[in-house]
Amino acid sequence: MDAILLQILNGLDKGSAYALIALGLTLIFGTLGVVNFAHGALFMIGAFCAVTLQKVFNLSFQTIDETQTDFLGNPLKVETPYVEAWFGPELGATIIDWSVPLAILFAIPIMLLVGYVMERGLIKHFYKRPHADQILVTFGLAIVLQEIVKYFFGANPIQTPPPDVLSGSVDLGTMIGFDPNAIIYPIWRLVYFGFALAIIGAVFSFLQFTTFGMVVRAGMADRETVGLLGINIDRRFTIMFGIAAAVAGLAGVMYGPLNPPNYHMGMDFLVLSFVVVVVGGMGSLPGAVLAGFLLGILESFASTTWATTTIPGINQIIIYLVAIIVLLTRPRGLMGRKGVMED
Amino acid sequence: MAILRVKDVSKRFGGLKALTDVNLNVEENSVHAIIGPNGAGKSTLLNCLVGKLMPDTGSVLFDNNSVLGLEPFQINQMGISRVFQTPEIFGELTVMENMLIPIFAMRDGAFRMHAYETIANEKAIVEQAEVMLEEMNMADKREMHAASLSRGDKRRLEIGMCLSQNPRLLLLDEPTAGMARADTNNTIDLLKQIKEERNITIAIIEHDMHVVFSLAERITVLAQGTPLVEDIPENIRGNPKVREAYLGEAA
Amino acid sequence: MLGLNKKDTSLLIIVALLTLLAPFILNPFPEGSAMAQFNAGYPDLMQRFVIFGIFAIGFNILFGLTGYLSFGHAAFLGVGSYSAVWMFKLLSYNVIPAIALSVVVAGVFSLLIGFVSLRRSGIYFSILTLAFAQMSFALAYSVLSNPKFNLTNGETGLQVYADDPQILQGANAPDLPHLFGLPMRATYTMDVGAWSFDFNAGYYLCAVIMMVVFYLAIRIFRSPFGMMLRAVKSNQQRMNYTGLNSKPYTLAAFVISGMYAGLAGGLMAAMDPLAGAERMQWTASGEVVLMTILGGTGTLIGPVLGAGFIKYFENIFSKINDNVLHSWFAFLPDGLEDAVVFLIHPFIGKGWHLTLGILFMLVVIYLPGGLVEGGQRLLNRLKRKKTDADDAPSGKTEPAE
Repeated sequence: MDAILLQILNGLDKGSAYALIALGLTLIFGTLGVVNFAHGALFMIGAFCAVTLQKVFNLSFQTIDETQTDFLGNPLKVETPYVEAWFGPELGATIIDWSVPLAILFAIPIMLLVGYVMERGLIKHFYKRPHADQILVTFGLAIVLQEIVKYFFGANPIQTPPPDVLSGSVDLGTMIGFDPNAIIYPIWRLVYFGFALAIIGAVFSFLQFTTFGMVVRAGMADRETVGLLGINIDRRFTIMFGIAAAVAGLAGVMYGPLNPPNYHMGMDFLVLSFVVVVVGGMGSLPGAVLAGFLLGILESFASTTWATTTIPGINQIIIYLVAIIVLLTRPRGLMGRKGVMED
Repeated sequence: MAILRVKDVSKRFGGLKALTDVNLNVEENSVHAIIGPNGAGKSTLLNCLVGKLMPDTGSVLFDNNSVLGLEPFQINQMGISRVFQTPEIFGELTVMENMLIPIFAMRDGAFRMHAYETIANEKAIVEQAEVMLEEMNMADKREMHAASLSRGDKRRLEIGMCLSQNPRLLLLDEPTAGMARADTNNTIDLLKQIKEERNITIAIIEHDMHVVFSLAERITVLAQGTPLVEDIPENIRGNPKVREAYLGEAA
Repeated sequence: MLGLNKKDTSLLIIVALLTLLAPFILNPFPEGSAMAQFNAGYPDLMQRFVIFGIFAIGFNILFGLTGYLSFGHAAFLGVGSYSAVWMFKLLSYNVIPAIALSVVVAGVFSLLIGFVSLRRSGIYFSILTLAFAQMSFALAYSVLSNPKFNLTNGETGLQVYADDPQILQGANAPDLPHLFGLPMRATYTMDVGAWSFDFNAGYYLCAVIMMVVFYLAIRIFRSPFGMMLRAVKSNQQRMNYTGLNSKPYTLAAFVISGMYAGLAGGLMAAMDPLAGAERMQWTASGEVVLMTILGGTGTLIGPVLGAGFIKYFENIFSKINDNVLHSWFAFLPDGLEDAVVFLIHPFIGKGWHLTLGILFMLVVIYLPGGLVEGGQRLLNRLKRKKTDADDAPSGKTEPAE
């Protein structure tokens, strides 16, 4: 029982990332009808927002402390980050410690801007072109984005630690009546899961309860009719693209502490996220979320020793296997509408 | 003898009865029109005939062979060609290639791996295509991309492609929908000419009365998924039931 | 000639001349000169030009003709490489059985994957092929390299070891891939003045094979079968209602392109007897997509050009560094020189991927027909200018309409 629970929990962090990326992908597909192969790159850019902020916070100036000497007997050079100088050592240290969560604030405007520029500058011109062209041009964009990041940040993964308070593990098992040490779980994973739920909740309530969301939902159902009503749907779709970019970016910001960001993390997640979207059903938001978590958990179960000894390598292929089976037996996915992109 | 027999065909979509007990016989070498107000089930019936939809009950026999459950390409190979409401042609291919494809399909069947042969060497087929293009008055457009043809020419090309297979039954789905009067009249003349020159059965699904009464030898009126009357055009014109069906729609 | 029309024959002859004379054409700069680093005429790179050319020609038969965008073709290339190395291990280092087996195995493999993937079209087809390829990659990387059943040798890559059976390997045969005794690595270097040209056995084997498969591709493009494939792309509905079953046509195209990929993989192993799983990764499939589109989808010569272009970039463009740039722009005033080098720097050397990505996007946006279309447009413009100039004097005498 506790083993099962542990595997479910283990699947949650990857599942959260899948769900968030897939949510944005399907939002873009549903509203704009565009297949965006650059969505993984947005996730990656988000992660590098955290990296950047962390670097900015750690920018330091050098002072020479005459009272101390280094091992060569020279006066000691002390690096003091600017933030510590401005906000005092204690607050400054806290700010540096919390740079990943703080990056959320930094990432939101940046991701909205990136999304806006992408849609106005490129995607807009591809609404009427075949899906193959959309795939190709966004694939090219993904390469460009990841190479730009590689140019500035290098090819190696960069550590982005979580705040100290959130970096340990908790013994979840004892909280719900299992033996101690049965379910040890890193706190940051819980944070990530909670964060993902919050974002998903925010997106859904935004679509459900605002006029803007209503128009977008109507637009997803029938784009032409809404256009005929005289509502400037294109502009709303631009904003929608920005939001989808922000969702992917935020998923990336918070993912850093789980896996140090590198420039090709976007491509790694892209393929899986597409699989998630297809399994969930093209154009279905709840489907994307559900499939994201389900596949994350499934992957975690497939990684258990029991599973890998029974069927070697099942952990490597389970998601693809599921995708193939779903596509062949239920082409519209778990919750998709019939006939979406069946041409 | 009836070449196409539709027996007790019914089809529902959820709660909607699209077709109820449709019985219909299309005689060989006749022009048979199926008319009816919007939503009468004309398109559903057509789709049952060409393998796109499977009726819930009943049978459809073409030349005493059932067409139900067959793929569209199999039904075509039996000798039924279909002309669509909006011309369905190979837009990116040349007019000549458009004409070659159905002739190849007729000779070689649904699939043949003729990957090493050259089209230019298939003299008999090329010649047949040339003849057909002449007949359609399109020989001068043979190297044009089909997508760049005018609407009327696209229609001619599509009909030509169907005729090149010498079908026994030509199904036309509102062949003049969305056409200007002149184009409509041209299409009517073309169809009349085809009828005179060939042994062919034509079934037309049509909304436009002008087209129907210019061409049809027999007319079936469909209303609310069932055939209302079937008769020669003269008797349909004055039939009160038909008038009611159409006026009922108007009111 | 050979059942081709005039235009195709001249195209084939041009390609034949280019490939046969490649050692000269690709080495235009004298040895030891500053430009020598842009010489691409060394065996390893020339082999890659033609091998990826074959890969792209095959991919184009599927994507260019039918419009089905596969994101998993690298899997067939990988399978081809593995098969070839297995032939080396079991039979002998002779490349003929190895290449033959790689084509056959890739054909069977693509038949299986194609049969399943082609039940869907559009984006779903792309994702199915992607999923299959990633699955093959994962299998090759981990599962199929367990001690009990080691088919791929996992991370290390499959290679020939001294204790492999090699039952047909003659006592005197070279201990590396060879064609009936002629080692693939055999290279004859011809020195002409300051120039030096390499003639490599492996390259010429690949080049001859490429010419053969290029010829076959022309035949396919001009055949009724090729026309049916274009019909699949154009209008499947009309096709089905014309009595044609589009499925076997598409599947046949898929298998043919899979066999081309397998052939490319087999040749890769024949040039260097090693096969690794990374060849199957989806980014490798993405590369052939880039090549085909960059060169010109649906054109005969485009994919070959695209493959050459990208491989040249990868190997030569990536060598340009700041020192080279400084020497190029030395004529500029110092400050300006530094600025120019600074601006260009991100796009060269290791940054060539960035340039490639940008180029690819520009092609998709502005030149859907790729380099071939670009070339044609340029030619047309030149021609028009010429005819304009010719017409100008006579135009004056004609009455205005």
